[in-house]
Amino acid sequence: MRVVRAVSAALLTLGLAAAPAAADASPSPSQDGSSGPTRAGTSFRTATEIEPGQEATAGGSTGDYLYWSVPVDTGQRPTVRATVKLPDTHASQTWQVDVYDGLRRRQACRYGAQTRTAAADAASVELACALRTVRAWSEPWANDPLPGTYYIRLTATGVATSDLGLPVDTRVRVESVDVGGAAAVDGSLAEPLVPGIATRPEEDREDAAVLAGLEPEDGWTSGWWSDRWVWTALGGALAALAGIAGYALTRGAGRPARVPPGA
Amino acid sequence: MITRTRLAAGACALLAALTAGIAVPAGAAAGEPTGRDAPKVDLVLDVSGSMRARDIDGQSRMAAAKQAFNEVLDATPEEVELGIRTLGANYPGDDRRTGCKDTAQLYPVGPLDRTEAKTAVATLTPTGWTPIGPALLKAADDLDGGAGSKRIVLISDGEDTCAPLDPCEVAREIAAKGIGLTIDTLGLVPTAKLSRQLSCIAEATGGTYTSVEHQDELTDRVNELVDRAADPVVTPVPAEGADRCAGAPALKSGLYTDRVGFGQQRWYRVDVPPGKELRASVSVAADRAVNPGYGVLLRAVTVKGREIVRGEAAGTGRTDVISTGLRHPKAGSDEEDAPAEAVCLAVAHSFSAASGVRTTPGLPLELTVDVVDGPGEAADVAAFGLGRGWWLLGVLILTGFLAGLVWGWLSRWRVAVWRTN
Repeated sequence: MRVVRAVSAALLTLGLAAAPAAADASPSPSQDGSSGPTRAGTSFRTATEIEPGQEATAGGSTGDYLYWSVPVDTGQRPTVRATVKLPDTHASQTWQVDVYDGLRRRQACRYGAQTRTAAADAASVELACALRTVRAWSEPWANDPLPGTYYIRLTATGVATSDLGLPVDTRVRVESVDVGGAAAVDGSLAEPLVPGIATRPEEDREDAAVLAGLEPEDGWTSGWWSDRWVWTALGGALAALAGIAGYALTRGAGRPARVPPGA
Repeated sequence: MITRTRLAAGACALLAALTAGIAVPAGAAAGEPTGRDAPKVDLVLDVSGSMRARDIDGQSRMAAAKQAFNEVLDATPEEVELGIRTLGANYPGDDRRTGCKDTAQLYPVGPLDRTEAKTAVATLTPTGWTPIGPALLKAADDLDGGAGSKRIVLISDGEDTCAPLDPCEVAREIAAKGIGLTIDTLGLVPTAKLSRQLSCIAEATGGTYTSVEHQDELTDRVNELVDRAADPVVTPVPAEGADRCAGAPALKSGLYTDRVGFGQQRWYRVDVPPGKELRASVSVAADRAVNPGYGVLLRAVTVKGREIVRGEAAGTGRTDVISTGLRHPKAGSDEEDAPAEAVCLAVAHSFSAASGVRTTPGLPLELTVDVVDGPGEAADVAAFGLGRGWWLLGVLILTGFLAGLVWGWLSRWRVAVWRTN
């Protein structure tokens, strides 16, 4: 009887353990689809700050280099999507979206059409770049994505002189998925990779110029929590239960029946 | 009763303290000077003879520009100091030398008096030549002084008629002065040649070029550019890198700007105390026509010449900048006052100027340096060495079960031994 109870308890806890795993795939709660800024920066220094899930729009000219910056935290796997509405008449144009990290290092895209050539009569061009998972720590010699500010640069890399300066409408959105404990690595940065973080004024002033000021909705994670704690603790508890079950199996039920009481 | 009064008084005092606590810093922040110089914008308008052409929404280019200026003057943010300069407004003659000096300040850069500025704009009539280069030089002088952002908005409908002074090179020279000035250009119903010239001017200073065919486009764009000037932006500090580590200037955390020539290396030095991390990123801007295929290399080197870490990037095709960065965490020290390590940063790029393009001055370089607390090192691949996943659970359950079995047998055996004795 005791064995049955132990096994059923184990099964119940197993079911509970599956819950965090299932929650991993859901998008982060900050994605509210709200509309964002209507202007883009023209350099790293002047990049317009957007939040993940926000849709930023900007009018620009063909040939402009448009910059946005977005804070991305540990365990996120961001995807950048950009749409460019081209003018009515234009020659064939090549558009490209590049993503840089807080150290202005170019980040590779796992997949997505980062560069696309629009035919002469195309009305719009859509670009995407799915980044690698952001880790809490990496060796200084690695180019791995770390938590901090990410820059998005959208531009026409191949354009005819006659098309330079023609008005275009651009739309940029960063969606990020929380990968959860599977990406929880050891070690952490003391400060996220936010440019100018060492020179930021102590008190937050609205009008003070900073290189990058936006933080994730709930602030940067401290990095010590991950669902690995749940898994490991659960494993320990299940091991203890399994131990009791094994013990009960070989020890038998209490004292042997043949032993007279008081022996 | 006494207790209750005391409680109420205590609550009141607490509330008062809280409100005071909230109110004081807010008041202090509001009273403080912003510590920021006013952003300056100089609108440079082409008033050459060709502005008479009636091809913008049925009205003349001049009328469209005037209407746009009126709307822009109304919408200019309070803090922006706005000035207006004309080119080709006064000399109607045929003498090229005189015509090419024809640029005048219509409204000086300063606090804006909207009525006065509008009256000045209303007097303009299309007249003379198109001396873009000289006008840009003068406009740069207009904006001189102050540490706020500076912007020239050039509106023209024809290419420069004052060769051999190439306006593109003028723009590059202005940018090389290191006063942090951006030139944005707008072409009214532009030809391909004008597009090329105006986008060349814009790219030389990191500005934008827009071609305008309609009046509302002109108003919107100029408004946007003036608004953009009002945004607070971190202004980089000029630095002058050395050609060797030995004489390199010592930098602290901040944003710096410099020029790096073709085939040149620029060296800077940063002191990194033990337990701190150095973060550096560098952008080299292509401010002139360059060949496709380029790169940038940023190295952190010890004073003895050993390379610690490097950041590199390469690219092809049209670009504004190429950038890279590096991190160097300096290990902590047990000693009380261990000396800071001098780390030299070397920047080199592999841009090559297109044929017929001047190679001096060097390309603009932007360097960000941050010295922050060092990272917590990783002792394991996984966070705190914790496990995760079904395999982990399986192994733990199996181990626990086996341990239980053995324990059960042991205790059974012990009982048996005890009984025998």
